[in-house]
Amino acid sequence: MTYQLETAAHPETLRRVAIDPVSRVEGHGKVTILLDDQNKVHQVRLHIVEFRGFEKFIQGRPYWEVPVMVQRLCGICPVSHHLAASKALDVIVGARKLTATAEKMRRLMHYGQMLQSHALHFFHLCSPDLLFGFDSDVTKRNIVGVAMAHPETAKRGVLLRRFGQEVIRVTAGKRVHGTGAIPGGVNKALTIAERDELLKDIYHIVQWSRDAVQLIQKVHTQDPGLYNSFGIFRSNFMSIVGNNGDLDFYHGTLRARDDNGKIIFDHVDYQQYNQYIEEEVRPWSYMKFPYFKSIGKEHGWYKVGPLARVQNCCQISTPFAEHERKEFVDYAGGSPMHAPLAYHWTRMIEMLHAAEVIKELLHDDDLLGSDLMVQGERQSEGVGVIEAPRGTLFHHYRVDENDLVTMANLIVSTTNNNQAMNEAIRHVARRYLHGHEVTEGLLNHIEVAIRAFDPCLSCATHALGKMPLEVELVDPEGRIVHSLSRS
Amino acid sequence: MSHTFTLDGKVVPFVDGQTIIQAASAAGIFIPHLCYHPEFKPHGSCKLCTVKVNGRHTASCTMRAAPGMVVESETEEINAERRALTQMLFVEGNHFCPSCEKSGNCQLQATAYHLGMMSAHYDHFFPNRAVDASHPDFLLDFNRCILCSLCVRASRDVDGKNVFALSGRGIKTHLIVNAKSGQLADTDFTLDDKAAQVCPVGVILKKRQGFAVPIGERKYDKAPISETAETTEGR
Repeated sequence: MTYQLETAAHPETLRRVAIDPVSRVEGHGKVTILLDDQNKVHQVRLHIVEFRGFEKFIQGRPYWEVPVMVQRLCGICPVSHHLAASKALDVIVGARKLTATAEKMRRLMHYGQMLQSHALHFFHLCSPDLLFGFDSDVTKRNIVGVAMAHPETAKRGVLLRRFGQEVIRVTAGKRVHGTGAIPGGVNKALTIAERDELLKDIYHIVQWSRDAVQLIQKVHTQDPGLYNSFGIFRSNFMSIVGNNGDLDFYHGTLRARDDNGKIIFDHVDYQQYNQYIEEEVRPWSYMKFPYFKSIGKEHGWYKVGPLARVQNCCQISTPFAEHERKEFVDYAGGSPMHAPLAYHWTRMIEMLHAAEVIKELLHDDDLLGSDLMVQGERQSEGVGVIEAPRGTLFHHYRVDENDLVTMANLIVSTTNNNQAMNEAIRHVARRYLHGHEVTEGLLNHIEVAIRAFDPCLSCATHALGKMPLEVELVDPEGRIVHSLSRS
Repeated sequence: MSHTFTLDGKVVPFVDGQTIIQAASAAGIFIPHLCYHPEFKPHGSCKLCTVKVNGRHTASCTMRAAPGMVVESETEEINAERRALTQMLFVEGNHFCPSCEKSGNCQLQATAYHLGMMSAHYDHFFPNRAVDASHPDFLLDFNRCILCSLCVRASRDVDGKNVFALSGRGIKTHLIVNAKSGQLADTDFTLDDKAAQVCPVGVILKKRQGFAVPIGERKYDKAPISETAETTEGR
């Protein structure tokens, strides 16, 4: 847990190689690598070059608008933002416990999203690397290449995603950027026709998800030398866990473990998240660096997402996914697995769990109920936390007596993984690039490490007014005429 | 006494005193409009209802029908002009449909769809307008005002309160609240006011409603504005 390779001692003497943009990830980011004459690596950074500003421009807006507005952070997992904001605003409107119909509709929406997002990531974005090799022919290393060589796999990827999006459509009104969750509940229940339509497909969706776990397990275990060590670093990890320590994507309490699996904190009500987590700003990225307050900046950073969740929970409530979790834990050998490529394996276990939960929910008549809303004593502040596909997502709002938002703080899943991703690519750079002639295939190794985390870079750069910025006015000869900086 | 005129080749009956848009509405023919409302005196300001009468442009909400008139409405030329006017309304204010709770129930949005508006075309003004959230039951979001004056007319002519007014001239015209503080909380505006019901866009909003109506159940989800009875019979 160090910051080695973050900042070179004399960058002006080094050669700069950039991967810009990083491909097959959500959003826009770039990697810069500084090399000396012998191709030795001195600095590696994942930069997030997008700039959003949602935390600022929802200030002054009515609170009931927020769940619909903030989901525009993302086109891949807008449901996460929609629900995290709704959960925070449930607290504001005093709806501490939703009706059974409302909570199950939200769960169905969320698990539909987990399914579609994980399918998108695995089949569309990562399967080219995993099926063809990291430095295989670049012209075939894409989803079209997968469709040509493995048509059934590609087709299932498309249909799994489509099913997840259908679940979102019937719960939120649209496949992308719907309106289903509102502060205090939901605006619709499921109709019998909608339920029956989903029931037609859910059984083979579960089976395909089981097959996907088998596929990635086979890929991983066939090449342990690569998959158990590629980009590896040890870190703390965190997620919410449900009752009895179950894997739960929608609701629970915060649990964090150190790199050996020892509990750092547990049963933490996420309304108090800011007593446990702090965010650091660094001048070279628009993405902040969170860490556990109790441990400090240098050693307190952590990872989130499937690899953290599957190893943080005590069990999974659905049988097929629980069986696969045990297989994974056995393979890891009783201590936490830290290999970034194991994210893929755990992501598919989660996809299977999502499919199984959807199946259970579709047999629950509460989804057809009519009691959609609750309200209680109005509060001025609320926090909503959810396990998004990419990890733990925090939404925190304050609302004034006129119902306008006065403060918003979002800690997005990918932000939680910021230091972890940087550590992974530094490890890969040391292992594969150090002292070698740089090629496209070698640079793709860096991207493979980033992709393992399934980063959503557009979501992660939401802050405005907090970043240390430097603006330079340069004349045609390259001389700095004027500069401004804010730190 | 009953007469007729032709509208896009169809024979439309009317009685003395009816305007073109009133006669067209009664005959089930839609003419796009924003500031016109059948319950109020016409204002003639938005110009969306412009038609050609015997070859000359005129607002159909203010022009009385006359026997034998030849009226053109659904032509490419006129709809292109209406589209341009609608685009100007979009860029003059801050109309962010994706996060607007009026989306799906908004006459401006529905009109834009009807006219096939694919983009704002013009540069956005991005005006800096405040939100008035002072009233316990209502929110005023001036960002979306299209200056139709329906709230002004409703408050003055039906409610007898004069809560709203248009102030300024030309491009600086803007909606204000008639109170010393300029705040809605300092007026006698109430839930049952007609002015609370007539806003065609998302300016006058009942608080804490938000997105309570699901997608699919909103007014213009069910039928386009040209087929929505309320467009001719009042909202």
